[in-house]
Amino acid sequence: MTTIAPEAPRVHADDVSVATIDSSRIKLDIQGLDFFYGKGQALKSVSMSVARNSVTALIGPSGCGKSTLLRTLNRMYALYPGQRATGRIMLDGEDILRNGVNLAMLRAKIGMVFQKPTPFPMSIYDNVAFGVRLYENLSKSELADRIEESLRRAALWDEVKDKLHASGLGLSGGQQQRLCVARCIAVKPEILLLDEPTSALDPISSAKLEETVTQLKSDYTIVIVTHNLGQAARLSNYTGFMYLGELVEFGETAGMFTKPVTKRASDYITGRFG
Amino acid sequence: MSTIQDTAGRRTTPRGAYFEPVFEGLCFAAATALLASLGGVLISLMIGGWPAFAQFGLGFFTTSTWDPVRQIYGAAGPIVGTLVTAAVALLIALPVAGAVAFFLVELCPPILRRPIGTAVELLAGIPSIVYGMWGLFVFAPFFAQTVEMPLMAAAAPGSFWEALVQGIPNGSGILAASIILAIMILPFMAATLRELLMTVPPQVRESAYGLGATMQEVVMKVTLPYVRRGAIGAVMLGLGRALGETMAVTFIIGNSHDFPTSLFASGSTIASTIANEFTEATSPMHTASLIALGLILFLITFAVLAMARLLLRNQTRG
Repeated sequence: MTTIAPEAPRVHADDVSVATIDSSRIKLDIQGLDFFYGKGQALKSVSMSVARNSVTALIGPSGCGKSTLLRTLNRMYALYPGQRATGRIMLDGEDILRNGVNLAMLRAKIGMVFQKPTPFPMSIYDNVAFGVRLYENLSKSELADRIEESLRRAALWDEVKDKLHASGLGLSGGQQQRLCVARCIAVKPEILLLDEPTSALDPISSAKLEETVTQLKSDYTIVIVTHNLGQAARLSNYTGFMYLGELVEFGETAGMFTKPVTKRASDYITGRFG
Repeated sequence: MSTIQDTAGRRTTPRGAYFEPVFEGLCFAAATALLASLGGVLISLMIGGWPAFAQFGLGFFTTSTWDPVRQIYGAAGPIVGTLVTAAVALLIALPVAGAVAFFLVELCPPILRRPIGTAVELLAGIPSIVYGMWGLFVFAPFFAQTVEMPLMAAAAPGSFWEALVQGIPNGSGILAASIILAIMILPFMAATLRELLMTVPPQVRESAYGLGATMQEVVMKVTLPYVRRGAIGAVMLGLGRALGETMAVTFIIGNSHDFPTSLFASGSTIASTIANEFTEATSPMHTASLIALGLILFLITFAVLAMARLLLRNQTRG
């Protein structure tokens, strides 16, 4: 079923192009994913692979299901009764959608950064240490090292090294967001999910965060949702274009932005709608 | 003063301008009246209670002989009774209220959320005399049978525990009153905590879950600290209510002016003493002593609120 609002652009409902990725490089494999908020369907049979140690961008107009897709990858939706996903998401060969998956362990493996910075009401140091303390028993110096390393990788160390014990809430928006990135990578996840991480930031902070993402991509598998097409083009290796809950086009970023295969992706990228 | 010219020929002052001084005056008068009545109450309590303070001095606070026949008044019993019942009530009510609030916000199936939430609010609205009556007729016998007697039987003779639970197991006394008070302040605190917890942005909770925290870790380490300022306020308001509660306590505390030496002993609070004796206070010294008690309660409540403010201020600094 494809519902198109009267004023939506006319599109070919059937032009879909999803590239495949060499199976040895796949970190996450999404197969036939449907998602429901109560009775409403937000994702329609999405199939897509996420390559390891690369950045995959999800683009598309508001409400197309990008964030929903992201939230299925660490099963964040499971916090809310009435939301459910069917299909399969294979992480290193294991289906994370099946019952009985240890959600806390799963989420420790898959970090997430949100649209708005979400520092916890504690010191900068404790913010970064929060996740580490949940799963590891480090000595004081090991923990301090881990925190410094994480803050360095998030390009925040130089700005906060003299005030690690000040409240995380006192930082600027851009610093708070990089603190959230540092907090995420401190637990050494395998995958990072970024949900419009720069949409609440000023241009300079955005540029810093983008730089951070670029530096992280050699070690992490990153999935980023963004409304900023330039950002998707700059950062990502692969791009998925979504529309009304469908994955319309998926492929290498370079190809997607120069020669989109589908009409809908082409219209969106050239600014004809969205 | 320059007048702003209006080229369209409209009036040069807004129509509301005439009412402005009246409005300001009314607001000022209301605020002043509030302050004046507070001062008035305080001053009349001081004047009324002065004879008792003058006669008994510090002994009014430290001795517990309350004897209208011999005209000797020492208020240590009611003062300690007030503090202990309120503190124990808070100790019982706070964890339960927190758990109820967390259940409603985090765990409750949506279909039950509204009924339970409404029930909590209704509980908060039951008049205290109903709690008192229920406490005396229903709770006290049950409490005597199932809690007091077994505990007294179980306590080793001569131990600290025995001292804590000695007394007559008739179901009324300090602990029974504390429990009734806890039941009374619980819905209020649960409702406030629930409102507070709902103000935590979902992304903050999700961030904590996203790091692999379990629900209990999220609650204890993130959402609770997030609302701690408001939570302290809720606790202090609950404490204030427990300190001043009169009817329910009067029913079940046993109304003895002796210094309460165990949890099961009969005791009294400031409020229950005043309620019990005001109509019978015929001698000037008896009346003065009761008014002095009122002043003390006033000051205790004031101190609790001031402490809450102080705690809040320190929290903002840290």
